[in-house]
Amino acid sequence: MTALVLLDHEGGQIRKAALSAVTAATRLGDVHVLVAGDAALAQAASQIAGVSKVLHAADARYAHELAEPLAALLVSLAGSYDHIVAAAGATGKNVLPRAAALLDVQPIPDVVSIVDAQTFVRPIYAGNALATVRSSDAKKVLTVRSASFDAAPAEGGSAPVEAVAAVDSPDVSRFEAVQLSDSARPDLESARVVVSGGRGMGSEEKFHALDPLADVLGAAVGASRAAVDSGFVPNELQVGQTGKIVAPELYMAFGISGAIQHLAGMKDSRVIVAVNKDPEAPIFQVADYGIVGDLFEVVPQLVEELKK
Amino acid sequence: MKILVPVKRVVDYNIKPRVKADGSGVETAGVKMSMNPFDEIAVEEAVRLREKGAASEVVVVSIGVQQAQDTLRTAMAMGADRAILVLTDESPEPLAVAKVLKTLVEKEGPSLVVLGKQAIDDDMNATGQMLAGLLGWGQGTFASKVDVVDGRVNVSREIDGGTEQVSLTLPAIITADLRLNEPRYASLPNIMKAKKKPLETIPAADLGVDMAPRLTVVSVAEPAERKAGIKVGSATELVEKLRNEAKVI
Ligand SMILES: Cc1cc2nc3c(=O)[nH]c(=O)nc-3n(C[C@H](O)[C@H](O)[C@H](O)COP(=O)(O)OP(=O)(O)OC[C@H]3O[C@@H](n4cnc5c(N)ncnc54)[C@H](O)[C@@H]3O)c2cc1C
Ligand SMILES: Nc1ncnc2c1ncn2[C@@H]1O[C@H](COP(=O)(O)O)[C@@H](O)[C@H]1O
Repeated sequence: MTALVLLDHEGGQIRKAALSAVTAATRLGDVHVLVAGDAALAQAASQIAGVSKVLHAADARYAHELAEPLAALLVSLAGSYDHIVAAAGATGKNVLPRAAALLDVQPIPDVVSIVDAQTFVRPIYAGNALATVRSSDAKKVLTVRSASFDAAPAEGGSAPVEAVAAVDSPDVSRFEAVQLSDSARPDLESARVVVSGGRGMGSEEKFHALDPLADVLGAAVGASRAAVDSGFVPNELQVGQTGKIVAPELYMAFGISGAIQHLAGMKDSRVIVAVNKDPEAPIFQVADYGIVGDLFEVVPQLVEELKK
Repeated sequence: MKILVPVKRVVDYNIKPRVKADGSGVETAGVKMSMNPFDEIAVEEAVRLREKGAASEVVVVSIGVQQAQDTLRTAMAMGADRAILVLTDESPEPLAVAKVLKTLVEKEGPSLVVLGKQAIDDDMNATGQMLAGLLGWGQGTFASKVDVVDGRVNVSREIDGGTEQVSLTLPAIITADLRLNEPRYASLPNIMKAKKKPLETIPAADLGVDMAPRLTVVSVAEPAERKAGIKVGSATELVEKLRNEAKVI
């Protein structure tokens, strides 16, 4: 059996989450990857350990991974594959269901575990239940959660690169612009430590109180929806059911109450720390270590302690 | 221009879902049900487009059991003009929903279909993309801003590393993300008015769509329960524990 993995990229780099999708695909059989973009990306893809062939779509219409042309391309390639896989990120979730519909397949999103070639485990109800589902479709189209599969090593492979020609698709969409946040911090989804702030941070300015802590821990910064909605931080920092799913070694929540939608995005972290001035905050029910107190006092103390 | 908004009746987002003892699914009997939160945002966006004069009619549709009528009435109380209930006892998968919606699109001829990005029960995040594929239309998913101008719709989309803008020719599909707008509360007079708005019921079987599920649910289980840990008294103690007990820093 052979799986085709759509390797998504951003800012000229293959996304780390795509490497987890490669690992998931190796459990299903031989792994080919599809890269839509410039030659450097195809070169990088050929180095990934476990990949046996790289399909490179160089045509300009694919450069921004628009769903309409990319789904059509996947459909044209699908004949040779039993599984079509992508990371459960913005690109995979945009493109794969469209391709699945064109293939008359029900997609299986957010896979966290592979039971066998047709049986998969996925969270439903914001992670409050885990459903094991078996697909009767001839082809399986799935997205996988990067928090549940280790990233395949980016080096060590030497797969051949094969050019794939563009295929026709409805000319109904055009890319206009993109704004990427250029943070020097580690990527939220793959960071070892995540420091998150909620509504309790108070303002955009005061949210920066977490910066020295993130610096000393080499951590990524995350946020609750309330912090994003209040304009403290941009939306790509949101952790939760409808934001990023993270499972770092250490997750530290400051001024976050612990709504189920937030917990859905971080409760698989190995160690959880919560700092909240409300002793009844539900976040303490999942925290390994909690401090009841004012975060603006606790955070500087933590920074000082950690520098020792 | 007509806008179609599919709305789903789901377990209210404030309720903590419980897995049934026999592992066959999540308990919905006797549980408070509401409109999927993303669909409220979709309805709000459609109503605002009509209020701005960019659209002339907002039609809401739900595929589900008889009680989904309540969800449709709520949508009409928010300002939708009329409703269609496609009646079925099954809970259809996104592929089946997309096929049903396609038949309705062909009948109604909307220029825009605005869906929620994700139903908070199955968390599929698929139906809008699938409908767009079946229709061959452009898709503006995870939308945080929507502008209809000169036969096109310009959409800001939330992506992993930031925000992206795409421009689609009409007709098109939009899926609403949380920050697209803040849905209004229906006022009492509008709730009364909604009771008189037209609601058409169509048995799903009449549409001639193959709705057979492709996924069999083998089992539904509770995730491993996390136990509450301990409270510590100070930052010093916390750092000590993280270093020597959890060994995570
Ligand atoms: C469909 C849907 C999807 C959603 N998806 C998500 C999602 O993906 N992610 C997400 O996070 N939310 C999501 N939400 C929102 C979620 O329900 C909560 O509203 C949100 O998580 C609350 O954020 P918060 O904990 O920061 O704010 P609050 O609940 O307001 O909590 C703030 C906390 O800060 C504490 N605090 C205040 N000041 C201080 C201080 N000085 N020191 C210490 N503690 C302090 C307070 O005691 C309180 O516990 C979603 C909601 C819906 C309806
Ligand atoms: N049974 C349904 N009836 C009406 N709309 C639905 C139904 N199922 C899904 N939808 C729409 O599709 C969106 C995405 O759902 P899903 O793909 O299941 O996550 C929802 O937010 C609704 O707008």
